[in-house]
Amino acid sequence: MKKILSQMDQTSRNDFITYGMVIGAFAVISILQALGILSSQIGGLLVPLCVYSIMAVSLNLVVGILGELSIGHAGFMCLGAFASAFFTKCVGDGMPSMLRFVIAILIGGLIAGVFGFLIGIPVFRLNGDYLAIVTLAFGEIIKNVMNSLYVGRDANGFHFSLSSANDMGMDALNGEMLINGPQGITGTPRNSTFLIGILILLLSLFVILNLIHSRQGRAIMSVRDNHIAAESVGINITKYKLMAFTVSAVIAGFAGALYAHNLSSLAATSARFGYNMSIMFLVFVVLGGIGSSRGAIIAAVVLTLIPELLRPIASFRMLLYSIILIVMMIVNWSPASRAFMEKHKLNRFLFKFKKSAGKGGK
Amino acid sequence: MVSFITNLINGLSLGSIYAIIAIGYTMVYGIAKMLNFAHGDVIMVGAFAAYTIISTMGLPTPVGILAAIVCCTLLGIAIEKIAYRPLRNAGSPLAVLITAIGVSYFLQNGAMLIFGSDTKMFSSVVPLQTLSVGPFLIPGTTIVSILTSVILVSVLQIFINKTRPGQAMLACAQDRAAASLMGISVNNTITLTFAIGSAMAAVAGVLLCSAYPALSPTTGAMPGIKAFVAAVFGGIGSVPGAMVGGLLLGVIEILSRAYISTQLSDAIVFAVLIVVLLVKPTGLFGKVIQEKV
Repeated sequence: MKKILSQMDQTSRNDFITYGMVIGAFAVISILQALGILSSQIGGLLVPLCVYSIMAVSLNLVVGILGELSIGHAGFMCLGAFASAFFTKCVGDGMPSMLRFVIAILIGGLIAGVFGFLIGIPVFRLNGDYLAIVTLAFGEIIKNVMNSLYVGRDANGFHFSLSSANDMGMDALNGEMLINGPQGITGTPRNSTFLIGILILLLSLFVILNLIHSRQGRAIMSVRDNHIAAESVGINITKYKLMAFTVSAVIAGFAGALYAHNLSSLAATSARFGYNMSIMFLVFVVLGGIGSSRGAIIAAVVLTLIPELLRPIASFRMLLYSIILIVMMIVNWSPASRAFMEKHKLNRFLFKFKKSAGKGGK
Repeated sequence: MVSFITNLINGLSLGSIYAIIAIGYTMVYGIAKMLNFAHGDVIMVGAFAAYTIISTMGLPTPVGILAAIVCCTLLGIAIEKIAYRPLRNAGSPLAVLITAIGVSYFLQNGAMLIFGSDTKMFSSVVPLQTLSVGPFLIPGTTIVSILTSVILVSVLQIFINKTRPGQAMLACAQDRAAASLMGISVNNTITLTFAIGSAMAAVAGVLLCSAYPALSPTTGAMPGIKAFVAAVFGGIGSVPGAMVGGLLLGVIEILSRAYISTQLSDAIVFAVLIVVLLVKPTGLFGKVIQEKV
């Protein structure tokens, strides 16, 4: 084992550790589950943990690697969730459930990717905080539109409406409601399992880590570090920004599909797909050390588990969570505490930290 | 036509509240260069302070409003000193953004612990009766909101442009290092900015809950985001921009709610923001900063 590790160069070793961490966690949890040690409470969290980890990795590509702040990432997850659940609902039992689920995930990714590309075109005309606020706006629009979208199907085909179920002119007796406005999609089969979640997480990691180490990835990072210099050596900035954003949206779509098939009823509520959720993903990325996929996953898992572990002190748990968040940020990022850590040789406790990351490419 | 003008007046009323909140956002951004996500929750704290003094303790309304302002000012100063100042020179601007989110969670959950998560009925602090001008009915809160916002913006403009602390703010906004070389205490100036912004948030909180009387720990979240949008709309960092942005946003929101769709009104507000930013990438009154190599 050590021999293999020492033969690899540093980047592949780093990637190897990341994959190993995910696979190792999967193995340990599977064993615990088989032995029946794992509480059902944690068992129910496994798929959401995968979803959040995938979202963290996906957002890290935009925030950490591309260096643009996006606070609307839950919108892409929302699109992926609705597209995939809609497909599953339309097909019904006409397909074996596994095949249907795989196609649903692909459709979720595809739709989120298409919208990511379309939204990226106007978004990347802006920069810095203006870009961030526009991503927030798009995220809220997606949530809002999904919340007032009615789709039904009867003998005459599909019917759509953005105002109410009665407006779409569907045959009320024989028709079937597919998306019912604020109630969303109900009766989605719960196809998501921990194994599938881990497989999608590994796939996302594989795509993103390979993208980062490729020629395209270096171009994306050069845009982050200095977009003027990047442009002057002939890098097409818009192209690479769109590429990173679209890939990130596709992966968020996968996460959405996984999320949708873990719930029997899917509704575009603020708690699920609002800006609060997008901000939570951003917290994962920043706390995990901007630009580090592994850190993002660890932060996602830790920050999802903290409120659960604090459940015994029910009413104080979210208060304590917020205090932990503030303290962790100050300890990790403030110049004073960094100097203290460096003086006392505590460097290894610091999260990885790149000066250039997240500055909006300036 | 009558209903259109009534809606327009309602829009201006909501917009003037957004404007007061947006000014707090815009001042903090202009000087500290950070998005203070906790600003919306300071509004909520102000409203709860007024609610406690007026409804629970039964003290007169002016005392309640004053208490809300004092409470929020101190809170704003405390937040800045404890949570934001240590991160002022952190390597990434994202660090302080996340801390602001942490503060926002803290305020919301703290309020939930103290006051419970159920919605309280806030009794209006405005003694003015509904005015009828010809065919139009203008609620008292509307008149007070619009007047308050106009007065606050005028006073603030005079303060910023005519007084020494105001000039210090402008200097810090332009170049922090140069300002400190000129003998301006950057730390005190930033604290002052937070204090003013938070005091205005208290006023906005009381007005908001007088117009829309439901008060809960999450009351401030959505108006906070909307006001943020308003600040960006007007060009973030510009006080008159925040005023215009807030008013426009309120009018657009009420009109789209009345004539297009209630459910989609938020989506329309955000869509207008996107269109404005695509046409004018730094907002209506924003300064274009030329980037040099």
